[in-house]
Amino acid sequence: MEKLFKTHPIEAWLLIIIVATSAVLSVASTQYLTLVNAFDLLNSISINVIFAVGLLVVLISGGIDISFAVAASVVQYVAFYVLSYLGGGNWFIGFIVAGGLGIVLGAINAGLIHYFRIISIVVTIATFNIFFGLLMFLTRGVYLYDLPDWWTNRIIVFEHEMANGTWAELTLPAVVMFGAILATWLLITYSSIGRQIYAFGDNPEGARRIGINIVAVQFIAYGWMGMMAGIAGLMQAHFVQEIVPNALIGRELDVLAAVVLGGATLGGGRGTVLGCVLGVLLMAIIQNGLNLLGVTPFAFKAIVGVIILLAITLSNVSFVELRAHLRMQKGQ
Amino acid sequence: MIPVIQFSNVSKTFGGVRALINIDFEVMPGEVHCLAGENGCGKSTLIKIISGVYDPDPGATLTLMGQEYETLSPAQARRVGVGVIWQDHALFPEMSVAENIAIEGFVSSKSKLVRHKKIKDVAQKVCERLGVSFELDALVKTLPIAQRQLIAICRALVSDVRIVFMDEPTASLTQSETKHLLDVVRTLTAENVAVVFVSHRLTEVLEIANRVTVLRDGQKVGVYDASEMTLAKLTEKMTGLTINPAVVDQDLSKNETVLEVKQISRAGEYEDISFSIAQGEVVGITGLLGAGRTELALSLFGMTRPEQGQIYLHGKEVEFKSNLDAISSGVAYVSEDRLSLGLIQDQSIENNLALTVLDKALAFGSLLSFKKKRTIVDHWIEELGVKSGNTSDAISTLSGGNQQKVAIAKWLATNPKLLILDAPTVGVDVGAREGIFEIVRDLAGKGLSILLISDEVSEVYFNSNRVLHMSSGCIQKEYVPARCDISELEDAIYGKAI
Repeated sequence: MEKLFKTHPIEAWLLIIIVATSAVLSVASTQYLTLVNAFDLLNSISINVIFAVGLLVVLISGGIDISFAVAASVVQYVAFYVLSYLGGGNWFIGFIVAGGLGIVLGAINAGLIHYFRIISIVVTIATFNIFFGLLMFLTRGVYLYDLPDWWTNRIIVFEHEMANGTWAELTLPAVVMFGAILATWLLITYSSIGRQIYAFGDNPEGARRIGINIVAVQFIAYGWMGMMAGIAGLMQAHFVQEIVPNALIGRELDVLAAVVLGGATLGGGRGTVLGCVLGVLLMAIIQNGLNLLGVTPFAFKAIVGVIILLAITLSNVSFVELRAHLRMQKGQ
Repeated sequence: MIPVIQFSNVSKTFGGVRALINIDFEVMPGEVHCLAGENGCGKSTLIKIISGVYDPDPGATLTLMGQEYETLSPAQARRVGVGVIWQDHALFPEMSVAENIAIEGFVSSKSKLVRHKKIKDVAQKVCERLGVSFELDALVKTLPIAQRQLIAICRALVSDVRIVFMDEPTASLTQSETKHLLDVVRTLTAENVAVVFVSHRLTEVLEIANRVTVLRDGQKVGVYDASEMTLAKLTEKMTGLTINPAVVDQDLSKNETVLEVKQISRAGEYEDISFSIAQGEVVGITGLLGAGRTELALSLFGMTRPEQGQIYLHGKEVEFKSNLDAISSGVAYVSEDRLSLGLIQDQSIENNLALTVLDKALAFGSLLSFKKKRTIVDHWIEELGVKSGNTSDAISTLSGGNQQKVAIAKWLATNPKLLILDAPTVGVDVGAREGIFEIVRDLAGKGLSILLISDEVSEVYFNSNRVLHMSSGCIQKEYVPARCDISELEDAIYGKAI
């Protein structure tokens, strides 16, 4: 733990806060610390985590993406029609189609950013509007309910009957989430291009001088984000068993907040998969806890806002320095 | 013996500005070659062409190890054995030491995966070869600047290099560190690796180099054997001027004291600083990079607050809550980073100059009078001899020297009692520098007190009444140029290395 504190202070703090919050909640609500609730939590955070690990890669590369949530909605619609064209499809084809469409949308962002030298926030705000506008225009906002059975049938990967007769169930999105976490971790830790994404986000001019392939960095970062968005879209449609054009809009800011809470910065070069997952988890635990405590959902957003401000402020202050400073003032 | 590098007819144009004009450049294996020239003469551009970062204008021939190229990519340059240690180190502060050292290897490798253990081995091996040691897992951002320099050197030597470029490698090093670096250079030449030193520290250049190529204003002045060169000759070649500088010999200590600083400290920045500046006096502060000079200036300008000690202006103790307080008390600060902090590049000359004195150009209550503003601007443009076409042009259209004059004018317009000039000649052409110092002397003559901060020892030596040598946040000693030789000051700062 001490070592984690030294090398990854943000992750260590998040862990402590998660444990502390959980301890408080388990005292306040007997339902909190149960396997049923734990699995529910994992199932419910899975889509946000899949988005988050994608966004993490973009943030590490020094960029930002606002468009991924609506991109996921676009993927849902297009995938629906492509899959019906292909005769219904199955999970395997579903992943390929959703991931592939996501990559295409991510590549559009990367292309605009790289070839037209527009900064990423401007590009993705524009594509956010284009994606969403076209989606609403072309679909006229219709909901899709007649999804293929394979897409909507609940898949329980692991289940366990509790003493009181309830079932603790781990479902497909949670498993896909673990896959996304693992893949992203491998990408940014063990692949050459992943380390180059870090390097480029950290010092773009330095990266250029040592000959890092900047086109590849941009396309992989935004393509990865797009792929994760496509998969998250597939999972979200699976989860709610319908496709709604504005179902995901607004999600981008929740996810961005969670990833930044997890230690990634908008400046690039920083961020870990662990921190990113813990960031999403902490947000979910707080929401979960507030629900269990019967706090009105309207308070949730405000509380999340305060937490983010606190976390970012504290991560900018070194605790050692803070302590030394306080001590000195006392001494005077 | 074939040359490692033989370039001919290399030119480079940036949007109409010719940074390099028909340069021929040649380096032999195992030689220490020095590329000398003042700031802005084209040294860095030439290195960027050699390392593949820039493409030269058409018509150039680049011959590396006997092989001809029209253009080079960074990866190609590295493959033929060109290693570069950039002045700003081009390191990745959020990444580990080991990765920073080994990164070029895995960027150019065909393998899609990185093995962190191998990265550490590679880093360890090159550290051993150079006789340095690091905590390989530490993040580079946590290390001091001298260590980063060594990391940059290690990085350049990981691959099988035939020629290493070192861009101002000793700028931030102390005596023992410089010594160590020069040992490394000798190790390399013994292995028949060519080393190209880019430096404007001339004594060092002449000690270590076999040959010197001098550039001036983008053109090659010539190639000389280092043994035939003297300091004076080399200076003359570099600047194109026969400078016969005279020191300021005037004791102003009887004048009224304008600024007095008593034992101010700020943890991690500067410690126990005491000095004073009399009216009309120029006091220079010099020392290595990271000596705490700029940090001290920022406190005098109210941007940060000293944790201990007192600052007096005209005998009255002042405590600046922000730089607004400092400005209204008559302190002006021309920042060291003119491009990003001192001037708003896209704005007009007029707007830049009038920015500090908008309250003097008001009419009808609080509305801005363009006429009054124009009067103020025209006055200062003429006063400082800024060469500009139209004051409504963007400031980025001016040369470095004229931009600096506008930056100074902007602050003079506030009618300060104390002017702090931080690195006023960075990015300013040689010819224009003298113009800036003429202004400095002129202003001092009119009774303005000036604190002149620079890491160019000669600048402070020849333009100050007194010089303070700062290192590790403390003032080490005071020198009076009229009563000591410049070498005494240089030795104190760089040590009697080499």
